[in-house]
Amino acid sequence: MTTTYAVLSEGLEKRYGADVHALRGLDLAVAEGTVCGVLGPNGAGKTTAVRILTTLTAPDAGTALVAGHDVLTDPRAVRRSIGVAGQYASVDGELTGRENLRLFAKLLRIRGPAGRARADELLERFELTDAADRAARTYSGGMRRRLDLAASLLTRPRVLFLDEPTTGLDPHSRNQIWRAVRELADGGTTVLLTTQYLEEADRLADDIVLIDRGRAAHRGTPAELKARIGSYAEVVLAEEPTEAAAETAILAAAAVLDQLTGAEPALDRERRTAGAVAKDPALTLPRLVRELDAAGVPVADASLRPPTLDEVFLRLTDRTDPRAPHTPHRHDEPHDERHDKEHAA
Amino acid sequence: MNAIAYDSGAVLGRHLQRIRHAPGVVILTQAMPINMLLFFGYVFGSALAMPGEQYRAYLVPGLLAATAAGGIMTGMFQASQDVQRGVMDRFLTLPMSRVAVPLGQTAADLLTTAAGMVPLLLVGLAVGWRIEGGVLGALGALGLLLLFRFAANWVGTYLGLLIRNEEAAGQLGATTFILPLLSNAYIPAEGLPGWLRVVAEWNPISALAAAVRDLCGNAAPAADAAWPVAHPVAGSLLWSLLLLALFVPLAVRRYARSDA
Repeated sequence: MTTTYAVLSEGLEKRYGADVHALRGLDLAVAEGTVCGVLGPNGAGKTTAVRILTTLTAPDAGTALVAGHDVLTDPRAVRRSIGVAGQYASVDGELTGRENLRLFAKLLRIRGPAGRARADELLERFELTDAADRAARTYSGGMRRRLDLAASLLTRPRVLFLDEPTTGLDPHSRNQIWRAVRELADGGTTVLLTTQYLEEADRLADDIVLIDRGRAAHRGTPAELKARIGSYAEVVLAEEPTEAAAETAILAAAAVLDQLTGAEPALDRERRTAGAVAKDPALTLPRLVRELDAAGVPVADASLRPPTLDEVFLRLTDRTDPRAPHTPHRHDEPHDERHDKEHAA
Repeated sequence: MNAIAYDSGAVLGRHLQRIRHAPGVVILTQAMPINMLLFFGYVFGSALAMPGEQYRAYLVPGLLAATAAGGIMTGMFQASQDVQRGVMDRFLTLPMSRVAVPLGQTAADLLTTAAGMVPLLLVGLAVGWRIEGGVLGALGALGLLLLFRFAANWVGTYLGLLIRNEEAAGQLGATTFILPLLSNAYIPAEGLPGWLRVVAEWNPISALAAAVRDLCGNAAPAADAAWPVAHPVAGSLLWSLLLLALFVPLAVRRYARSDA
């Protein structure tokens, strides 16, 4: 073996009933010791993929190896090698944080004082010591997620699966989870995380796989994915005395952007901006300004910058809303208000 | 085998911890048959042809049998709650025995039921029920009750794994109170119209209640009843074993592939 893959799947297929084709031949390859971010809209198949890789669901077709073990023929060996945290694989809300960790330590054969010590160590590490003897159902969302993560780290797993680990969390909790994931990765743990937050993938992942309609549509490092499409062109318009004039100006700017980029521009009338991802990587700022000038658009500012992963995502999946569900199924991720607002513009 | 015992013990410990945190649920569950004993025994008892004291003595074994059948409800609720809240998924991703989760849960239920039957027995003795079949008979009755509770809890666990939703399980569970009504638990089945009597006598709860009455020396089995009630000890034993033989494998299989 030259490159060792902690996760290797080929042609994974999964149907739920007659209508939902959650996975249509998913190939994944996550090198040992790396962090792989799996991105995709709701219903793209992210959760189904994680459920198959963690032995919770059997695929209809295809193969998957996790830590070198086949999920179908040797699920016990897979389970010995993995940790799972996220939307599911939850702890018992009626037990305290400490009782939960001790229970799972026991089931992972960390017996007696060793199990109790490991539980205390993880409570300390995730800043849960003060809440350790309270029922887990009284925890905040962030504390709960930290406890879930702690429960999946009792044995120092070789491969850690995180299914949307920070969905709905406040920035502080999110940072705590991110830091923990980075530390684990630095310590050699392979991490596969699904997320809807492109920022999260950008910050944590060595490699990104973009799942769309049950297949890996694109893959690469965050930088590679961003390079695959051109820059993001944004125009800020000068202030206009009347609303009608402002409208004319923004529509004129949109027309120029449309012509130059070949992409539908996003308009923000409040901030007087129009922007679009340029299809042509050769688009330059002088050309943009010249064209705007020629069209008589009253420009206050214009810029070309590298696209965010959000923009990459929208462009590569050819979708107007990253959360638009097109194959709804029963493992749909919980709806997240905050994230929607970021995209309302 | 050792792994099954160890893992089941851990899961059993989990359920006992849950009870320690919320003893109210258990106390309310145990209070229910006592309330019914007092209500049925004194309200209905005064309107029935059977003298009140005699009816209350008739009622106690019936309520014990109904309590045992209540295992369906608790099993259903616990299993569907664990599925819905993702606790089952956590267990399923651990390298632990596949039998341990349902087995630990049903074993914990058995322990709490055994403890919970004590107050009902005491109130029963206070309102006129007597154990006249000797210690062995009483122990035999207790054994049959607990065996049936265990079986009913496995039935419930299987149903809960199918339902996967605690609210739905709670609502369906609430309707299981009609099961003992369609048996000889609260009223003698002999007085029921033909077809209803057949249904009642083939209800496993009837065999169990009749067995408790027989073993405690309260009433001899009705010779003209359907076979399980005419031979209530064997009948009840067979009912429990039949349910276990069916639902233990069903529940374990269902648990191990809980996604489908």
